[in-house]
Amino acid sequence: MTEPRIVVCVKVVPKPEEVRVDPQTRLLERANARAEINPPDMNALEMALTLKDRLSGTVEILSMGPPYFEPVLRVGLGMGADHIHLLSDRAFGGADTLATTYTLAHGIERLRSVDIVLCGEESSDGATGQVPQGLAEWLNWPQLTLVTELEIDMERHVARGQRSIKGGYEILEVPLPCVVSVKTASNEPRFMDFRLKAQAASPGRMKVWDAAALKTDVNHTGLAGSPTRVSGLASAASRERKRERLTGTSEEIIKALIEVIRNSVM
Amino acid sequence: MVDSLIHPHEAKPEIWVYLEHEGGNLQTVSLEILGKGRQLADEMGWPLCGLLLGEHVVHLAAQVFEHGADRAWVVEHPLLGSFTIDAYAAATFQTVMKGKPSVLLFGATPDGRDLAARLAVRLRTGLNADCTDLRIKRESGVLVSEVSGFGGGVLALIEMPDHRPQMATVRPGVFPVPGSMPGSQGETISVRVDLSPQMIKTRIIERHTSSTIDLTRVPVLVAGGRGVGPDFTDLEQLAHLLGGDVGATRPPVDAGYIERERQVGQTGVGCSPELAICCGISGAFHFVVGIEKAETVIAINSDPEAPIFDYADYCVVGDIHKVLPDLVQALQAARELTHD
Repeated sequence: MTEPRIVVCVKVVPKPEEVRVDPQTRLLERANARAEINPPDMNALEMALTLKDRLSGTVEILSMGPPYFEPVLRVGLGMGADHIHLLSDRAFGGADTLATTYTLAHGIERLRSVDIVLCGEESSDGATGQVPQGLAEWLNWPQLTLVTELEIDMERHVARGQRSIKGGYEILEVPLPCVVSVKTASNEPRFMDFRLKAQAASPGRMKVWDAAALKTDVNHTGLAGSPTRVSGLASAASRERKRERLTGTSEEIIKALIEVIRNSVM
Repeated sequence: MVDSLIHPHEAKPEIWVYLEHEGGNLQTVSLEILGKGRQLADEMGWPLCGLLLGEHVVHLAAQVFEHGADRAWVVEHPLLGSFTIDAYAAATFQTVMKGKPSVLLFGATPDGRDLAARLAVRLRTGLNADCTDLRIKRESGVLVSEVSGFGGGVLALIEMPDHRPQMATVRPGVFPVPGSMPGSQGETISVRVDLSPQMIKTRIIERHTSSTIDLTRVPVLVAGGRGVGPDFTDLEQLAHLLGGDVGATRPPVDAGYIERERQVGQTGVGCSPELAICCGISGAFHFVVGIEKAETVIAINSDPEAPIFDYADYCVVGDIHKVLPDLVQALQAARELTHD
């Protein structure tokens, strides 16, 4: 039986709690924010590594971004991934989901003979949650989204997954190759394996692809290939709360609470 | 620049809403978007159209008109009997290419998101995800969508001036459900689509939809965090007394103490209750965004320094295992008093 070739799409994002909007310039200040692998992508990586534990095969990380993402992505090698592909070119900058999925799809086509692509449900920064489906559309592959469990049958060449839907779940089967999005928090990502750490840091095991290598069309990548434009930014106005402390004996506190409840809902 | 299949100058000045339905009723989120769509359509003087897909759905058109639409595009086909992305994307694509709407809106539900995301690429247009507000610029007809990023801390306004349709998914619960106007009439447009079994790659093995948990519209939310422990009975009692329901932060959900559908916050649901009572919740940002829209917030926590107190109107420093039973008892006593 052949072993699966698995690709995991990983986005490097700034830690959300360290990003602010400058109140004067209204621009996003992310320069001081530390970078991390998008937490939902860690669930996708964990699911891929679990499949590899079971079926052998390979797990490759596919990412798009500047070269300095390298050390962040190498964490994935430490967890057990085999290789990193970084799609990196100035022409890819400023991409919305249409341009991003176009570029990632070209990466996957250039890798050839990939059996399954796993993605996180959404990113913690943009949170559009539409990359997996868009990628599947460019590739003209079937999709399995929001899965909490996944099996691959290499003999029948199908993937079967449990998809979360409103008020329940469904079990779907699609032919390989396919694109899968993994439901956030559906597993506990493993820690870096110290035995793999030295290997992970060593050069090699990472390939950078630019626009020429990917043979992408400049009209389809980056800002040029993106229909959407951000026309304004603001910090979400958080609601001012009263922050009133209810004090006194426990009877007095209960009385005060009931008063608040009465005024709010009764 | 990459052109959309539908050029801006050939797009019709119309707002379309993709309608989800179950058991013969339109879903709440679809009604919410029809309500907002009606408002935008009135401002622009454009028609509002509902898009209905299914095996036998034409009878739902009456509900579509009663909730404000001028027209219903109805697509019926045996292969649309249950949702598969393959059939629904193909049928929606064919219908949109016939009608060429300027604006096309979906609910940000699992099916709505999947469909919109796949369709946007097929149409080579943009898609604004999980929008919390929408408006249309009067002079240009450009849709401006408000979206949030970075866990809700940043709001962005997004436009796509040169691509049509202008697509967006709308977060459930942000717009009110419009009142229904019984007897309202509209125009039904039946569309024939070309679907074949070979196009359907997805095999549905089984489907379970037993749970009817929906916290997005509960009037009272009683939410529990790590401090509650494994037993949510006190919270359930309180919620029951107040006509509300129980929610939770992520730790109790991950621990299996309560259903995942009850998770509130960034990776759960957003709620807009009259009253939220937060019990034993520390107040991490990921949770707090989920109660941002609550009218009034009460927080009970034994740690006087808990961040949740910064996001609450009324703060009680105390042990929830003591405060909640006392509160339940007092509420029961008060109720008996009024009933006697």
